[in-house]
Amino acid sequence: MISLLATRLTSVILVMLVVSALSFSIFNFLGDPVNNILGVNATLAQREELRVALGLDQSTFVQFWRFVERAVVGDFGISYRNRQPVVDLILARLPATLELVMCATVIALAMGIPMGVYTALKPRGLLSRSLQFGSLLGISMPQFLIGMLLILVFSVELRWLSAFGRGEVVTLGWWTTGLLTTSGIKALIMPTITLAVFQVSMIMRLVRGEMLEVVRTDFVKFARARGLSDRAVYLTHALRNSLLPVITITGLQIGSLIAFAIVVEAVFQWPGMGMLILQAIEFADFPVMAAYLAFVGFSFVTINLVVDLIYLAVDPRLRAK
Amino acid sequence: MSQLVLRLKAFGNSELAWRFRNSPPVIFAAVALIALVFCAAAASLIAPHNPFDPATLNIMDARLPPAWIDGGSSTYLLGTDEQGRDILSTIFYGMRVSILVGIAAVAFSMTIGVALGLIAGYLGGWVDTVIMRLGDIQLSFPTIMIAFFIDGVAKIVMPIGMREEMRFYVVILAIGVADWVQFARTVRAATMIERRKDYVAAARISEVGNVRILLAHILPNTIGPVLVLATLGLGVAILTEAILSFLGLGMPPSQPSLGTLIRAGNDLLLSGEWWISLFPGAALVLLVLAVNIVGDWLRDVLNPRLR
Repeated sequence: MISLLATRLTSVILVMLVVSALSFSIFNFLGDPVNNILGVNATLAQREELRVALGLDQSTFVQFWRFVERAVVGDFGISYRNRQPVVDLILARLPATLELVMCATVIALAMGIPMGVYTALKPRGLLSRSLQFGSLLGISMPQFLIGMLLILVFSVELRWLSAFGRGEVVTLGWWTTGLLTTSGIKALIMPTITLAVFQVSMIMRLVRGEMLEVVRTDFVKFARARGLSDRAVYLTHALRNSLLPVITITGLQIGSLIAFAIVVEAVFQWPGMGMLILQAIEFADFPVMAAYLAFVGFSFVTINLVVDLIYLAVDPRLRAK
Repeated sequence: MSQLVLRLKAFGNSELAWRFRNSPPVIFAAVALIALVFCAAAASLIAPHNPFDPATLNIMDARLPPAWIDGGSSTYLLGTDEQGRDILSTIFYGMRVSILVGIAAVAFSMTIGVALGLIAGYLGGWVDTVIMRLGDIQLSFPTIMIAFFIDGVAKIVMPIGMREEMRFYVVILAIGVADWVQFARTVRAATMIERRKDYVAAARISEVGNVRILLAHILPNTIGPVLVLATLGLGVAILTEAILSFLGLGMPPSQPSLGTLIRAGNDLLLSGEWWISLFPGAALVLLVLAVNIVGDWLRDVLNPRLR
């Protein structure tokens, strides 16, 4: 178990090194910080002064080390576009995206797992077949199209929900939440559904596949032979053993939700990190891109680590090793 | 020639063909897929209009609704976009770009993944560790994020004149690079099993070179799962391309894919001109759905654990 944790931690460090190297190269080699800060009309002396002040006269390795040192305490410099500290920009946008991602994850698990179990146990029923076709449709449809259809129906035709923005938000410390106001919750509905459809389908298909395989194994046959009720056989024996891969995939999916949030945010003009990175790419705002990459990399690594720890907690085979 | 007939007959009697004949939805999906690919491939021959010839465009015909709605014209079956281009024709051409990018991206990641998987599985040792660890690192990033970054950075760094013409290759690279890991993992696992078998030992004793053993002997025995991955990967690649294009990072308006077309129509959705974006959207969903149904079926048929 300790060796498992050790390998995991080395891989975390490895990933973060690669990510910071990438992030550093975006920051350092793509944009010219001197030009961006002083403009093109600065004198040579001013430029040289700033180069020394920024440490750009040092070797690449030293610069990289300084970049990592500053990144660890959250200092990613100043945004080229709106002259604010990058970390402030990201923190201001973080709650919007995380709220969206968390709501979508909850929906994905709450709907995907029961749907998967049901379609595995009653594969020939009409409901199962429609659910299965629905899930196939769900993984074949890009998020932006779902969002556009929702907007067309609920905003343009029925005029029930607003097609853009977060609605009213309540500020709690540095966090802003839309979950406490009616307009905030109403604004969350369409983006959350848009983001969740793909994940619901994925988890449903995964649970179904796992259940179908587990149900054929000997220990399930044995449980049935012992005369246990269907409920006990399927829910305690089969489902519990089907859920292990679900944990991994959910972890990975939260990562991809952060990525897909970019699309959803673009469709609904949602003021989250996705909009921030899209604007950063449009205006070649390299500090923001570098910080976003580092932040996203860090979140993915953390999620993967948490998944591994959950694995240790729920799978006795791993603890025994 | 007669050998080909014999082979076809053998295939017709195989279990694969039998299972195919007995799954109506899959037949339907396969037929739809062939029809869509045909429309895309023959776009320049069968499209009712040439949307990229400015001489045939008439701005008076802009934003016409589909033929069956009031104000629609029978010349433009699915209506026109804001430049007066026929939607049906732009869909055919757009689908061609989408399919080409998808196939090229999958072929790219398949080539890298299969090659690295064969090497890792056959050689083992530190080569194996390095390759697979690299894959682990990459897997902690969602493929869409990798594609997004490669594409975004390339868009900024490229000299302005080259951006449009190079887009096609940049998008293929961005989508393809991200997806090699699953091919490598599958092929590596299969190779590790195959390399211990007697036929590999026999080949080695007969002094067949390593490269030849890998390509001519081991590779054909690992190809089944690779095909399944490639089919399912094609659906994902087409979707990823559509997402990149929708965000304005993929194919440019001069060379539109289905995603680019949807992006162009998105602004007009709120003013009620839904056909400009939703018809290309429907074509995209149909295409990916057909690919996924066929891919799913292949996976189930070839999965020994579900027999």
